[in-house]
Amino acid sequence: MAEQQVAEGPKKPPAWLKTLTRPVELLGELSMFTGSSTAAIFTRPYRFGLLFGQLEFMAYGSMFVVGLTGLFTGMVLALQTVYAFGLFNAQSLVGATVELSLARELAPIFTCIVIVARVGSAVATELGTMRVTEQIDAIETMAVDPLNYLVVPRIVAAAIAAPILTMLFNAIALFGAYMIAVWAKDLSPGTFLNRIQALVQVKDLTSGLGKSVVIGFVVTVIACYRGYRAEGGARGVGIATTQAVVGGLIAIFFIDYIYTAVSLYGPQDSTGGLG
Amino acid sequence: MSESGGQQSTPSSQRPKTGGLNPAMIDVQNLYKSFNGFAVLKGINLKMPEGTTTVVLGGSGSGKTVLMKHIMGLFKPDQGQVIVDGQDVSTMARHELSVFRERMGMVFQSAALFDSMTVGDNVAFPLREHNKNLSEKDIAEKVKATLAVVDLHDVEKKFPAELSGGMRKRVGLARAIIRDPKIVLYDEPTTGLDPLTTESVDEMILNARERLHVTSVVISHDIGSAFHIADRIAVINEGRIVEEGTPQDVRKTQEPLTKQFLATWFGRA
Repeated sequence: MAEQQVAEGPKKPPAWLKTLTRPVELLGELSMFTGSSTAAIFTRPYRFGLLFGQLEFMAYGSMFVVGLTGLFTGMVLALQTVYAFGLFNAQSLVGATVELSLARELAPIFTCIVIVARVGSAVATELGTMRVTEQIDAIETMAVDPLNYLVVPRIVAAAIAAPILTMLFNAIALFGAYMIAVWAKDLSPGTFLNRIQALVQVKDLTSGLGKSVVIGFVVTVIACYRGYRAEGGARGVGIATTQAVVGGLIAIFFIDYIYTAVSLYGPQDSTGGLG
Repeated sequence: MSESGGQQSTPSSQRPKTGGLNPAMIDVQNLYKSFNGFAVLKGINLKMPEGTTTVVLGGSGSGKTVLMKHIMGLFKPDQGQVIVDGQDVSTMARHELSVFRERMGMVFQSAALFDSMTVGDNVAFPLREHNKNLSEKDIAEKVKATLAVVDLHDVEKKFPAELSGGMRKRVGLARAIIRDPKIVLYDEPTTGLDPLTTESVDEMILNARERLHVTSVVISHDIGSAFHIADRIAVINEGRIVEEGTPQDVRKTQEPLTKQFLATWFGRA
C-alpha cells in the first residue's frame, strides 16, 4: 500500500549532502526544462505571430535603453582609455582598444544585462502570474502545449534580439567613444579609425555576437523556468522574478568566462578559437 | 480499456457499468498519490456515469482538487488507474494526453481567463488552436452562439477584468464547451460567489448538461449547490471516498464524517 511505502520511504541523505541537494535538483530541473523547451522549438505548430510579438517587445522595445547605455559606455570608455594610454603616449591605440573591448566583451555583456533587467523580469512576472492564476493549467487542459505556446516564442525571440541589440550597442558606443576621443580630447580622427581597421577583425565582432546569442537564450530560459514554476500567489511571483534576475546575472558572467576562455584558448584555434 | 494509451475510445457497451446507471465515463480505480511523503489520495475508487453530473464533495485539503487533476491527466498517480472514456489517462504520453484533452473542458475556480485577451478571443482560443479550417467569421459566429448558451451577450470585446465573478465563470464555461466536449470538469465553481450568483452558476451547470448532454464532474465544498445540481454525490475526506450515491442516499447517510459534514448545512437549513 502507498501509505506503507510512504512510512518506510528512502533513506535520508547524510547531513553534509543537504546543502548540495537543492542546487543539484535545481540544475537538473533547469536542464530538463531547457531540453523540453528546445525540443518544443522544432515541434509544430510554429507560432510566427507570437514570435514577432515577442521580438517587437524584446528588440524594438529595448532599443532606447540599449542605445543610451551604449552611448554612455562608449563615452566613459573613451575617457578612461585616453587617460590611461596618455600615461605612456599611446593614444593612437585608443580607437582599436575601445572597439576591441566593446566588440568582444562590453557590448554583448551590457546588452544581456539590459535584457535580464528589462525582458527577464517581465517574462518571469508574466509567466509567474499566469501560473498562479491557473492560466497555464488552462492552456494545458485545452490541449495546447504551454512550452510551445508560451516559452518557445520568448526564448527564440531573445536569441534573435540579443545579437541585434548587441550590434546597436556596439555602433552607438563606438560613436560615443569617437565623440569624446576626437571632439573632446583632440585625437586625430584618422588615427582613431585607422587603427580600428588595422587591429579589429571580423572574428572579434562575431565572437561578441555569438556570445550574445548564447547568453540571451540562456537568461531567457532561466526567466521562463522561474516564471513557469512560480507558486504561492503574488509573493511567489515576486520571488520568481527576483530569482530570474539574480540567476540571469550569474549566468551572464559564468557563460561569459567559459565562452571567452574557449574562444581565446580553445582547441580549434589558439589565436581565436570560436571567435 | 486501452493500456497502451491509444486514441481509440472504447464503445459505451464495453465501459464499466455503474449499478444500473449509464456506463462509467470516468472510472477511478485504487488511486494513490503522495506529495513530499504526505499521502493526499489513499485508495480512491469512484465511477462517474456517462451524461450525469457527479459532485465530489469535501472540505479543504481533502484531496478533491488532486483527484480532479488526475482525471485531467495533469498528475500521474503513484498507484492505481484513471480510466476516462475507455482510456487509461495515467499511462498516456504527453502528446497522447494532448489529443485526449480535446474531448474535455475544464472550468477553473478562478475562471483562469487570459487577461491579455478579450472575452471573444478567450472563448475563440480552443477553436483557433484546433479548428484551423474555420474562418474568422465562422469563429465569431460560434463564439457569439456559445456565449449565448451561458446567457452572455455583447461581451466579446470586453476584457476579463471588466466582468463580474459570475460572468467570468460563464465565460470560462463558454470556453470549455465551445468544441463540444464529452466531459466538463468544474473546480469549485461557486466558491467566493454571493448566493444569487451561486444560483446562476448552478443553473449554468444544469443547462450545460441538459443542452449538451455532457458528463460533468464538479469539485466543491458547497453543500447546498451540490445537492442542487448533482445526479450523484461522492464525499471525500482525508484522501478517501467515505460516502457515494444519489443526493437522497447521501442525505440519509449514517457514515459519521459525512453526517457531521452535512450537518453544517442541513443543521442550519
